[in-house]
Amino acid sequence: MLIESLPQLFEGLKITLGLTILSLLLGSVLGILMAVGRVYGKKPLVFFIYIYEKTLRGIPLLVIFFLIYFGLSQIGINFDPFTAAVLGLGLRSTAYQAQIYRSAINSIPTGQMIAARSMGMSKLKAIRYIILPQVLRLSIPGWSNELTIVLKDTSIAFSIGVIDLMRQGRYIYSVNHELVLQVLLIIALIYFALVFSINKGLNYLEKKYKMTGFEIEIER
Amino acid sequence: MVKNNGGIKKLSDFIGFFIESLPKLLDGLYLTILLTFISLALGLILGLLLALGRVYGKTIISGICAGYIEIIRGTPLLVQLFIIYFGFPQAGISLEPLTAALIGLSLNSGAYQAEYLRGSIQSIESGQMVAARSLGMTKIKAIRNIILPQALRISIPAWSNELIYLVKYTSIAYIIQVRELTAEGKFIAAHSFRYIEIFAIIAIIYLVLTFIFTEIIDRVEKKLSIPGIGTIKRLEQRFI
Amino acid sequence: MNMLKVENIHKIYGKTKVLAGVSFTMEKGETKVIIGPSGTGKSTLLRCINQLSPPDKGRVWLEGIEVTDKKTDINLIRQKIGFVFQEFNLFNHLTAVKNVSIALEKVKKMEKEEAHKEAMNELKRVGLKDQADQYPSQLSGGQKQRVGIARALAMNPVIILFDEPTSALDPELIGDVLEVMKSLAGEISMLVVTHEMGFARNVADEIIFMEHGVIAECGNPDKMFKNPEKKRTKEFLGKISSLYGEE
Repeated sequence: MLIESLPQLFEGLKITLGLTILSLLLGSVLGILMAVGRVYGKKPLVFFIYIYEKTLRGIPLLVIFFLIYFGLSQIGINFDPFTAAVLGLGLRSTAYQAQIYRSAINSIPTGQMIAARSMGMSKLKAIRYIILPQVLRLSIPGWSNELTIVLKDTSIAFSIGVIDLMRQGRYIYSVNHELVLQVLLIIALIYFALVFSINKGLNYLEKKYKMTGFEIEIER
Repeated sequence: MVKNNGGIKKLSDFIGFFIESLPKLLDGLYLTILLTFISLALGLILGLLLALGRVYGKTIISGICAGYIEIIRGTPLLVQLFIIYFGFPQAGISLEPLTAALIGLSLNSGAYQAEYLRGSIQSIESGQMVAARSLGMTKIKAIRNIILPQALRISIPAWSNELIYLVKYTSIAYIIQVRELTAEGKFIAAHSFRYIEIFAIIAIIYLVLTFIFTEIIDRVEKKLSIPGIGTIKRLEQRFI
Repeated sequence: MNMLKVENIHKIYGKTKVLAGVSFTMEKGETKVIIGPSGTGKSTLLRCINQLSPPDKGRVWLEGIEVTDKKTDINLIRQKIGFVFQEFNLFNHLTAVKNVSIALEKVKKMEKEEAHKEAMNELKRVGLKDQADQYPSQLSGGQKQRVGIARALAMNPVIILFDEPTSALDPELIGDVLEVMKSLAGEISMLVVTHEMGFARNVADEIIFMEHGVIAECGNPDKMFKNPEKKRTKEFLGKISSLYGEE
């Protein structure tokens, strides 16, 4: 019985992974833009990003989900649960990732920018070719941490009806009541295996792309 | 003029709605705060035991503590709550939603707090322990009187992050039927269909809560600070 | 037409007047050394020339083009003004040769292989061919600074500004850097802020003594070291020579 339900869990796992990857990507792109904006932007922009970060980091993911999924549909903007979940997770991750990249940018000595500018690079070119390559390497530990957080928090998308690992599990044990504990333990095991292998994989990446003599010191 | 009146009407309507919902929201807020502080306190006790076990325990104990921490940190809180609330009854243990949430949050927070505390303990130079032992203190006495007073101070910022984390993540208890703040909001919204208004109010309440708690802990940190003892850098990227 | 013309430069930071009206000119191939007590605005002057910190008042021309004009494309001008930093400021994520070639590729839009070849030539010129693939953290201070010089040279500038290029180096590493700089004298215009009196005396065409944000005295090394007009110049040179030696 348990083995028969595995393919169903696998379907849920695909959704869980899809959620994770899409929202992490959204968070990375917007996060980098916001970090650059916060460090190099003009005052109004800096203030806007500051408020954005504080707000998205200060309210529970569940409330963000409800605002996007139920709230927006109240004013006629309807998302399917999956899209709403990607937006919720992605927009929140943006706030956290912006902070990761920002502290990495700030940890790069100002001389790097000055030297780049002194050679005739525009500010944009200097950010693109000198600052960001260093920032991205420095951000790997923070980013891998964020990846596991997003992966675990996709489970909360259960609450707005996304048919992820959690909900597929729910389908299985609502039919076979005697399997509740077993199914939940299998789900836990799947999450754990994912988090574990992500951590191991990114540790390897971190070692590979670390700049010699430029050791990564950001706290985990 | 007409437009303006409409605006005022909308505003007074909103205020009326807010006042109407307030008693229920306060009930929910009470549970949110209760969940937060009880799990923080229980998590601290558990975290302390786990951290000490990891740093000072023999191989087996240290391994068990490490395993527990890894498993909890490697799985979603929601799965943990589900196992306790829906899974345990199968093994003959049935719990009230609130009790299940308290146990789940405490067990979860304990693992994270253990990691902060371990970091703090390990950041204290080994000379402190050697000096304490040289005065004739037993290991336990040295931990109790010399290591922990320093480690706990160093952990305050990380601990403040944990508090903020808990405030937000108690909302997940809604999914196992605990009527905390988010749950109350959901019920009000389901009856009035005013999702945006109610969740905006709730978002603001959470923001105010996190703001107040951070302020309080900052004060505590300053008050308890000792010259020359730094605090571990805030693990900002994870929380707040 | 002077190659470089600096006219009446003023710069104020907060309430401190760092530069209070500095003017001088330079010709092609000339080497000028700026000396003076610390905090007299020597480094600021260099940064005013390539607009890393634009002056509050005054104008700068390079080859007849006004650098301080808002309409001038400063990124174009900066390609012609090399800059060597006290703290090297090598790009930490790039190897020595990439440090030299990156601006060739991204600013001058050279092909990758061509930029690499050019960069290798410059590294050879400063004696670091063998260190091409090392990262900044694997190089000694002196090597870093020579990469810094190669990086400036690669852009084929008309002038290089040196901002205390040896001040951050251990004494035994200074020699190599000064050797490289000496070898450039005459080939390219150099404006050097330094405390190395030996270099000033032997290489400079003119020494500019700055104090309190203005040029107190200037002249050829012979005049400056043997009979300066001002008492302050003599005092300063006496003090600095006993501190740093004369080579």
